[in-house]
Amino acid sequence: MKTGFYPGCSMKGSAREYSESLLAVARELGRELPEVPDWNCCGATAAHNLDRDLALALPARILAAAERQGMAEVLVPCAACYSRLSVTRHELLEDEELRRRISALVAADYRGSARVLNIIEWLEAVPDLEARVRAPFARKVACYYGCLLVRPAGIVKFDRPEDPQSLDRLMRRLGAEPIDWAFKTECCGAGFSVSRTDLVAELSGRILEDAVSRGAEAVIVACPMCHLNLDMRRPNIEKRAGRKFRIPVIYVTQAVGLAMGLKTKALGLQRHKVSPSALLAPASVQPAAGATSASGDSPAGAGSPAGERRP
Amino acid sequence: MARIGVFVCHCGENISATVDVARVASEAAKIPGVVHSVDYKYMCSDPGQQLVKAAIQEKGLTGVVVAACSPRMHEPTFRRACAEAGLNPFLCEMANIREHCSWVHEKGEATTHKAIDIVRTLVAKVKKNRALQPIKVPVTKTALVLGGGIAGIQAALDIANAGHKVILVEKEPSIGGHMSQLSETFPTLDCSQCILTPRMVEVAQHPNITLHSYSELEGLDGFIGNFKARIRRKARSLDEKLCTGCGLCTQKCPLRRIPSEFDAGLGLRPAIYVPFPQAVPNKPVIDREHCTYYRTGKCRLCEKVCPTQAIRFDQPDEIVEADVGAVVVATGFDIKHADFFPEYGYGKYKDVIDGLQFERLASASGPTLGEIRRPSDGKVPETVAFIACAGSRDPAKGIEYCSKICCMYTAKHAMLYRHKVHHGRPVVFYMDIRAGGKMYEEFVRRAMEEDGVQYVRGRVSRIYERGGKLVVKGADTLLGARPVELEADLVVLATAGVAQPGAEDLAQRLHVSYDAHRFYAEAHPKLRPVETNTAGIFLAGACQAPKDIPESVAQASGAAAKVGALFSQSELVREPLIAVVDRQAPPVYSSCSGCFLCQGACPYQAIKREEIRGRDGQLIKTVAKVNPGLCQGCGTCVALCRSKSIDIQGYSHEQVYSEVLALLNRGERDG
Repeated sequence: MKTGFYPGCSMKGSAREYSESLLAVARELGRELPEVPDWNCCGATAAHNLDRDLALALPARILAAAERQGMAEVLVPCAACYSRLSVTRHELLEDEELRRRISALVAADYRGSARVLNIIEWLEAVPDLEARVRAPFARKVACYYGCLLVRPAGIVKFDRPEDPQSLDRLMRRLGAEPIDWAFKTECCGAGFSVSRTDLVAELSGRILEDAVSRGAEAVIVACPMCHLNLDMRRPNIEKRAGRKFRIPVIYVTQAVGLAMGLKTKALGLQRHKVSPSALLAPASVQPAAGATSASGDSPAGAGSPAGERRP
Repeated sequence: MARIGVFVCHCGENISATVDVARVASEAAKIPGVVHSVDYKYMCSDPGQQLVKAAIQEKGLTGVVVAACSPRMHEPTFRRACAEAGLNPFLCEMANIREHCSWVHEKGEATTHKAIDIVRTLVAKVKKNRALQPIKVPVTKTALVLGGGIAGIQAALDIANAGHKVILVEKEPSIGGHMSQLSETFPTLDCSQCILTPRMVEVAQHPNITLHSYSELEGLDGFIGNFKARIRRKARSLDEKLCTGCGLCTQKCPLRRIPSEFDAGLGLRPAIYVPFPQAVPNKPVIDREHCTYYRTGKCRLCEKVCPTQAIRFDQPDEIVEADVGAVVVATGFDIKHADFFPEYGYGKYKDVIDGLQFERLASASGPTLGEIRRPSDGKVPETVAFIACAGSRDPAKGIEYCSKICCMYTAKHAMLYRHKVHHGRPVVFYMDIRAGGKMYEEFVRRAMEEDGVQYVRGRVSRIYERGGKLVVKGADTLLGARPVELEADLVVLATAGVAQPGAEDLAQRLHVSYDAHRFYAEAHPKLRPVETNTAGIFLAGACQAPKDIPESVAQASGAAAKVGALFSQSELVREPLIAVVDRQAPPVYSSCSGCFLCQGACPYQAIKREEIRGRDGQLIKTVAKVNPGLCQGCGTCVALCRSKSIDIQGYSHEQVYSEVLALLNRGERDG
């Protein structure tokens, strides 16, 4: 089954490390991820605030291109793009007349055959993930899903919208210990990052505060926007909160890559504002049973800064 | 020669808005055999029925087709009218051009054509109709009441007081239902147990009531007036005749840490237990799942201490069979439990509880003896958040309906909390307050104005624990949707009222229908609210939809009155739409070859063997015979019979074929 990759704008810009780490992991897993050819913007927040047809046409054009390439699935790592593509597919499959009209707009016959995958679905489907763990990611982590990954529940039909568990399960497979916390799906402030930075500082600050107070050593995200707010807006957050939060925020693909023993540079870990170096020091928790190293001789915390792979 | 009358109804605009009724009437007039065809605005009205009666008498009609609504609606009306005009009622047929045509199609030529076709098929059928005589069956004047909550208790007492026998079946060890768990009741704040237990005792002592507690209905066969019920009496593991209810066994049982169902999991009980002190019957039951003896083969302490040697470890379940004439279903409701509210941490945080658990906390017989103490550490909560509509009116949760009782009991809970913890702060989060009922609005006002309960209009998005407090995040929509964060010590969720687990299963055993939420369906939402679509089976209480006590009691009395009306007759008249086996003159006698395939297939055991003997008493042949009292007219035997020797009266092969032919040969002459 052919799986295509839709990067969207962030993966080429502010979230380059998300893309780098994803492709590094895919390479390691021997999975090909060809980009959807001639892809365009998903429309993001702007399009569906302005024009419904535009908001549907942009993703429809991407999906139609993927279909033409015979892609049965399209991996969409950005949660916002994932939402736009999923909503479009849902709406066009529900309404035949709309499907025809939008197809005509983008000069392609969109059929809806390609499934839209988010990053967790794609990683969850790796059957031998445990066996590939060379340096268990033995950390207490706060799995942060954000708002768009699991909502609207009726459309994305992925995990429980109010208390999702899929990322927690995935992190456990890597040897991590996910904390039970209350902010898994709370809003980070999203696109207000530019226009109302104060609001983002407040909302994102609460998320970090709860994660830190429950002993998390890292926040795991699957959305470039969440990452931007929790990481790049850290100075604003700290100023507003009047305290320092040292907790790093990393992408789920980076956590997977670290556990697989990939090099930090290949995972783009140097690109974060808040240094994840603390995650490269010896680990704090015993890896969960079943998520031990494949070679069997690597002690907990073998994820040394170099994270050297065995030949 | 057939003389058929066709009567086309406009049903106001229900039919005439999409079907050209005048054309239906004029086209029907052209069908051979139709001698009279008219349309009228409301055929079911008195003048409409007069049209039918007059035509029968003036034109000497031999059959009537009323083209109107579903036969389920008005077939009895028109058959009665025909009978009054001297025509056998079974010579009247309904052509359903409303539900099957005008309601489901757009206005247009095709719709009118379809209506004409429907009329054509029924005209073809009615020509083959034969005059039938109703079947009379006796009535067993005993009622079966399922469920011993307040609705079942009320129905049982009313029927018993009317002089009829009642069999009351309750699945729990004691009757009383949810009402026995409640502390006080709205809007009067009188003690629930104090008003309920006298009724429970009355049930136990009533000479007309037989109580089967800790029992469930296994199956129900038969029909109105003549049901056969099979009841499983689950083994209590003791001889109820010998047990005096002294309670020694329950005191001595060494296993004392089983969560009590009666205390909604907040209290503990032993393995041999009486659910609560006022239980009826006041006899214990051994919980075999937890009892040490059943698990390990050792202990038997209860047996040793019992002064009357009543314990029976090897007691089997017992199946009781009973003939009953009517059934009242009063099996009650349940509330939504854990995992339905991950955002509220229900099931995760000990201090997030449901309404029933709060009732137990507030009840003098509860685990805290009526003191409001939170489950996690036993502290008296300083701030309590009450969340109305937890699950109800929430299409995203799959429950669109209002659970109806929560607004009132939440006001009551907040009030009781203030009465018991004077310095406490109750905060109610609500969507709307629905206090429709006698003295209900006044009651809610009293909570707000006299008891200082703070009402915040807005929904709660999340509850989480922080530093030993429960943080309740919500919005105050009356203050511009301002976000609200409340630190509470205890959260009470007014979780949605839902159907009992196993409601579908019971519905299938009873052959009654249920809605999308598994609540039992009434025969008509307005005019027949206590009857089901199955004759002789009635509904009472919250098994039909969430209801409060007064409403449940009123419906229970309604159901009892229906049973009383049914039992006032010594015989019931049934429609003769049943299977009959071919009989004819000698030398054939019957085309039945006596293979008796039909006998095994009949779900109602209605087919018997009959010996046909000659005048000299010599056996000629053995053929099938249908017992008209048992046959339900399902037609299974008809489909199975290899020589077409069984037919359903009123739906014979000949009639159905002529309907099909009328459709196939439309436009052509039909004979």
